[in-house]
Amino acid sequence: MALIEYRDALNQAFAEEIERDSNVVLMGEEVAQYDGAYKVTKGLWKQFGDKRVVDTPISEAAFIGMGIGASMLGLRPVIELMFWSFCTVAYDQIVNNAAQIRYMSGGLINCPIVIRGPANGGTNVGATHSHTPENWLANIPGLKVVSAATPYDAKGLMKTAIRDNDPVMFMENTLLYGEKGEVPEEEYLIPLGKADIKKEGKDVTLIAHGRAALTALKAAELLAAEHDIDAEVIDLRSIRPLDEETILASVRKTHRAVLVDENKPFCGVSAQIAAMLQEKVFDDLDAPVLRVTSLDAPAIYSPKVEPKQLPRPQDVIAKVLSIC
Amino acid sequence: METAVKAKDYASAPINSKLSKEQKLDLLRGMLRIRRFEQEALKQYNSAKMGGFLHLYIGQESVAMGACSLMGDNDHVITAYRCHGHALAVGMAMNECMAELFGKATGCSKGKGGSMHFFAPDKNFWGGHGIVGGQTPLGLGLAYGLKYKGLKGAALCFLGDGAVNQGCFYESLNMASLFELPVVYIIENNKYSMGTSLERSSVVKDCLAQRGEAFLVDWAQAGGEDIYEVRATVQTAIERAHNSSKPTILELDTYRYYGHSVADANHKGGYRPNDEIETYKKDHDPIQLFKRRLIGEGLLTEEEFEKLSEDAKTEAKASVQYAEDSPLPEDGAIFEDVYFEVDRQTEAGRTGKHFFHD
Ligand SMILES: Cc1ncc(C[n+]2csc(CCOP(=O)(O)OP(=O)(O)O)c2C)c(N)n1
Ligand SMILES: [Mg+2]
Repeated sequence: MALIEYRDALNQAFAEEIERDSNVVLMGEEVAQYDGAYKVTKGLWKQFGDKRVVDTPISEAAFIGMGIGASMLGLRPVIELMFWSFCTVAYDQIVNNAAQIRYMSGGLINCPIVIRGPANGGTNVGATHSHTPENWLANIPGLKVVSAATPYDAKGLMKTAIRDNDPVMFMENTLLYGEKGEVPEEEYLIPLGKADIKKEGKDVTLIAHGRAALTALKAAELLAAEHDIDAEVIDLRSIRPLDEETILASVRKTHRAVLVDENKPFCGVSAQIAAMLQEKVFDDLDAPVLRVTSLDAPAIYSPKVEPKQLPRPQDVIAKVLSIC
Repeated sequence: METAVKAKDYASAPINSKLSKEQKLDLLRGMLRIRRFEQEALKQYNSAKMGGFLHLYIGQESVAMGACSLMGDNDHVITAYRCHGHALAVGMAMNECMAELFGKATGCSKGKGGSMHFFAPDKNFWGGHGIVGGQTPLGLGLAYGLKYKGLKGAALCFLGDGAVNQGCFYESLNMASLFELPVVYIIENNKYSMGTSLERSSVVKDCLAQRGEAFLVDWAQAGGEDIYEVRATVQTAIERAHNSSKPTILELDTYRYYGHSVADANHKGGYRPNDEIETYKKDHDPIQLFKRRLIGEGLLTEEEFEKLSEDAKTEAKASVQYAEDSPLPEDGAIFEDVYFEVDRQTEAGRTGKHFFHD
């Protein structure tokens, strides 16, 4: 296994899928000649040329809509949003076209696209650039929503997302692009809808996705070292479809759950999972389901303050200690 | 009644002069089928056989019929919510269309789309789109797909005179021109967007297509009531798309006789004067104009016209019967056609929870 960066894991996924399927085309702002705003697509334009790696003007509605239209004819566009925050200017195309075209055509038309890019706060770029729209999108039947925490997951999930025949919204994280992790040399795929138990435990279940899964892992380490609490950490990886079984089985075992979510609390991903837990494993619970989310205000810029707005290990630990 | 005097006679344009008698009658038949279908749909709407909106295309038939009659194997069509005319013009059957309006399982979209959302990808018809202007990037994408695949084709993307004010249209024009994509934007200028006249929505009153100049997109303005003129105009753009992979904007002058939707009771004498509507019906009706044309060419008699009209009416009535007799979608159908992978029960479709209502 090679130790590579998250961005390179994604890069490998693109290169392999471009080679495998002539219908795969990468597009977005700066993805080609500039090598990507975060160098996620580095070298791909040089390797594959203008046809497969396409720079677009700053016209999110048009190039996402174009990708959707092209997918109806069988292409598999993989479209980068420089920030997922910018989906707002293309929201109509995503919500009304990508998500509804199959349904409204009675199943006659497919939309096999991937829209991808970073969706995170924590980089002092202010509220307009720090949205976590996974809940906005997971709220729309017809869309799939994926979030990768590690290089291994990023590559395996991306390859699956590209091969999937439904529109997949793929959430990455600028704070993770430079993180390294083990990635196998040989090809592998990670199914959508399968959570990963990142750490086994018996006392409490921490449920998270994206970078929050790493925060939960850190908290679990400290809980074990300092409080003798054995936390299980579940990384959802895929939000829609959701691996309900793994979540429920874990909570049935530990009888306690704390959700860790960089999404906002109101109608956030964690709210959905909390609702599910009270409905399906109420009798197994020994304590209320608690949540650690981003603080419920627009993302503050101030570099010394913003970190407090996102879930930190100590916030998770405090919640866990209140119920364990 | 006199037909409007034409500066140019489009009958002699090659694309029209080469038409056989049967092909010309097909154009007339096509327009009559749209009109009779919609008149029947209106009747059924008023007897509460369907819900939602019903945007009638009556008065504009020559535009969809003329443009779609030019389509070859690799030419595609996409439009907005006023889509029945385009649907029938590309060859969709009245039965599946009427059944869709009735919300029946036999509808073209299995009763899931309704009046604004007809689709027939097997006939290169990609809808039927409810968000004003939202189809313009999709039309761009169809053109992109054609070029990517190395196919010689065109994407005909229709939009209204109101839709031209949507931002994504300009993003699309820029990209169409920049990427040299074979898309033809056809503005059906019926002079109103709901109750707002063109005078009140556009700073330039006499030309919308000209907006393409900002993007170096070729454009033309033409009359839409004469199906020959529509064909000659659209053909030029299709040839540009086919031969030089370049976009075009066309603006075709047309008029809708009914309200914005059937729910729009305010149109007569409200935001538009009664005599305006009457003048269009009397002097600019595309079916009457073409009928007279064909009679003049010695290809049609009054009696034959009546027969064609009756046939279309009979077909429309039969489609109502078909829709009446068709079953409703099963309740379970609500969850079908949401995800490809779930419908096919592929491994992906069987992995994880896709629906969250319980
Ligand atoms: C984004 C959006 N805004 C508003 C509407 C409501 N609406 C539907 S049709 C319409 C008028 C559009 O007029 P035009 O583009 O001229 O088309 P026409 O109805 O004349 O065919 C409006 C305002 C909508 N469907 N979508
Ligand atoms: Mg209009």
